[in-house]
Amino acid sequence: MPVDLVNALVLLANFVVVPAIAYGSQLALGALGITLVYGILRFANFSHGDLMAFGTMATILATWQLQGWGIGLGVLPTAMLALPAGIVAAVLAALAADRTVFRFYRIRRSSPMVLSIASVGVMFVLNGLVRVIIGPDDRSFADGTRYLLNARQFKEATGLAEGLTVRTSQLLTLAVAVVAVAALFWFLRRTRAGKAMRAYSDNEDLALLSGVEPGRVVLTTWVIAASLAAVAGSLYGLDKSFQPFTYMQLLLPMFAAAIVGGIGQPHGAIAGGFLVAFSEIALTYPYRKFLRYLLPEDMQPDGLMQLLSTDYKLSVSFVILVVVLLWRPTGLFRGRVL
Amino acid sequence: MNLRALAGFAAIAAALAAVGFGQSWSVSLAVLNLCLISAVMALGVNIQWGYAGLFNVGTMAFAGLGGLAAVLVSQPPVHAAAAAGGADLLLAGAAACLTAGLVWLVVRRVPRGRLRTACVAVTAVAGYFVIAAFFDPAIEAIEAVDPSTSGYLGGLGLPIVLSWAAGGLFAAGAAWVIGRVALGLRADYFAIATLGISEIVIAVLKNEDWLARGVKNVTGLDRPVPYEIDLQQAGWFADMVGSLNAGALAAASEADRALLLRDLVIEASGIFVKLCYAGLFAAVLLALLVLSERALRSPWGRMMRAIRDNEIAAEALGKNVYARHMQVFVLGSAVVGVAGAMLVTLDGQFTPNAYHPMRFTFLIWVMVIVGGSGNNLGAVLGGFIVWLSWIEAEPLALWTIDALTAAMAHDDPLRIHLVEAAAHVRPILMGLILLLVMRFSPRGVIPETVRR
Repeated sequence: MPVDLVNALVLLANFVVVPAIAYGSQLALGALGITLVYGILRFANFSHGDLMAFGTMATILATWQLQGWGIGLGVLPTAMLALPAGIVAAVLAALAADRTVFRFYRIRRSSPMVLSIASVGVMFVLNGLVRVIIGPDDRSFADGTRYLLNARQFKEATGLAEGLTVRTSQLLTLAVAVVAVAALFWFLRRTRAGKAMRAYSDNEDLALLSGVEPGRVVLTTWVIAASLAAVAGSLYGLDKSFQPFTYMQLLLPMFAAAIVGGIGQPHGAIAGGFLVAFSEIALTYPYRKFLRYLLPEDMQPDGLMQLLSTDYKLSVSFVILVVVLLWRPTGLFRGRVL
Repeated sequence: MNLRALAGFAAIAAALAAVGFGQSWSVSLAVLNLCLISAVMALGVNIQWGYAGLFNVGTMAFAGLGGLAAVLVSQPPVHAAAAAGGADLLLAGAAACLTAGLVWLVVRRVPRGRLRTACVAVTAVAGYFVIAAFFDPAIEAIEAVDPSTSGYLGGLGLPIVLSWAAGGLFAAGAAWVIGRVALGLRADYFAIATLGISEIVIAVLKNEDWLARGVKNVTGLDRPVPYEIDLQQAGWFADMVGSLNAGALAAASEADRALLLRDLVIEASGIFVKLCYAGLFAAVLLALLVLSERALRSPWGRMMRAIRDNEIAAEALGKNVYARHMQVFVLGSAVVGVAGAMLVTLDGQFTPNAYHPMRFTFLIWVMVIVGGSGNNLGAVLGGFIVWLSWIEAEPLALWTIDALTAAMAHDDPLRIHLVEAAAHVRPILMGLILLLVMRFSPRGVIPETVRR
């Protein structure tokens, strides 16, 4: 292969593929939570983004405590050790919200819109709590080795002009996401509780008739959704940085991911997460340097060759959402939910 | 008007009076003005949710478009910018229309299938490059004109009050387009779609500098009311303040009198300006309230409620549900647009960064739910209650924390943290108000009256 082509591909891998894989994994984990809540509890949960922020906040507080004690994981960020604290906090918050708010409307069989509006109330409360406890500012809590592979090492090893950077947090995100998703699928397909969840989502009345206990199904759903939210939020915080407001803005791409994949379908949420992440990054990446490697001297582009300004990043997920809704309203994957 | 409504508004009046005596009348009037604007926005959302059960979470977009109208109507035109890029911009617009027309033609003429998808894609992509060829140089030329002070096309240079109507029209037009795309969707998808569209609209306002300077903001907008400084120099105003405060002035010594009068005039000028705004806003609110109330009591309103309560039955009776949804979506959005233009007029500046879904979408929803969805007076009262609590939550939280931590040392880290956190108590309070009202008084402070 000619060197220019390799350089171009490395450039693309460095600025598009690697970041998109990490971001896609984070979105997928968040979208899984939204899709599970939608499939079982049957409403669009607007508080999911702030639930993520809440879990992440607990992770950060635990990380600081561990750092204060001088406990660390060496190469890996201390946050990995603190993650259980974040999961517990998010689960407790979700269960408290269910107990005090959502259960009431569920028992009365209120319309999904009422539940969604109630979730807006929960969103306000969680958002305020996070801001009161940890403040509205940027918090960084990443430690350990920052780069698994940095550009200089890569260039020296391969002799290429372009470097490839892989941050620890990026690989960690992928690894954790793979483990979490594998565990979730195993749970849904193989265990009794998981099968009960699927049955409940498929046909509530039949499931109740067959002796599935609704309270337990709901409990399991919240535990899983909140755990995934805490994991996704902490990974996102490690990868970028933690700011309460950015988590609210993640709500839109996560909803897009869940709907694009067919809401209520876990594998759809994962595919949707990666689709949204890749589109967002690929459409806002300036391709000038990439084309410079590929095109002959006299065809060099003048502009940035950017399809969309970076400021419109958030809009990409929405456009995908609308296109899918118009073209294929049931999402990319048809069929049964969960 | 029933007893509950009367008691509610009396309580609001008392609270505003308490703010007036406790903080200052200037603050109280500032709160009142924003209450009036919030009430108009709540009225708009109530038309959508309360009349027809549309779950629109994109209020922010319409408020933002109203604000844009204020800039485009009232700012003086920038002739240099129009000369630099106007022609190219028009051509880009023409190319965009042409592309849209061609796509429409393809959709109409080519039968459904792979061929149609391919044709649409080719037309759209080709159109994109043609539009970009005109658009990019145009905005570059426009934004290069005096970038520190203008760098945009400017407006029409008309009185800003006209922009309130223009804001309504802008919002109505946008709502029509959005409705075409999103209204066929299921209720929860519609909510998420409108949330997404509102983010896009705000992103456009932030980044298209040629339109309204984006995040560089447009400041010093025209005012529909007199300026404080003019009032302070006007003889009639000083005479009026003097006669109103005759007692206090007579009690002061000869030497202090002129100084006292000057201070009084300065204070009174601020209050006078705010009162003028309050008068204008109240007039708009009243007019919209009367119109909405008439609409709700008409056969049209009855049909809307029928659609809301049972869409399928209404459809079976021959009502065109989609068209009626479109109608309320456009009308309600227009009302929000009017409020958005009023807000920018009051601020005297257009700052796209200020638009946040928490403040401009979800807070308005809290107003409607708290006030009583389906009841116009309820939505108005909700606007007053929620804005008042939103704005006064911070001083009250600060005061409470101060009282609670009075025993702690001044540099106690916990105390410092809590004092800093006081501002963030607001969303918690709003969330709790919403949840408590939904749970214990689901029909709001003034429930909808069912007329038979």
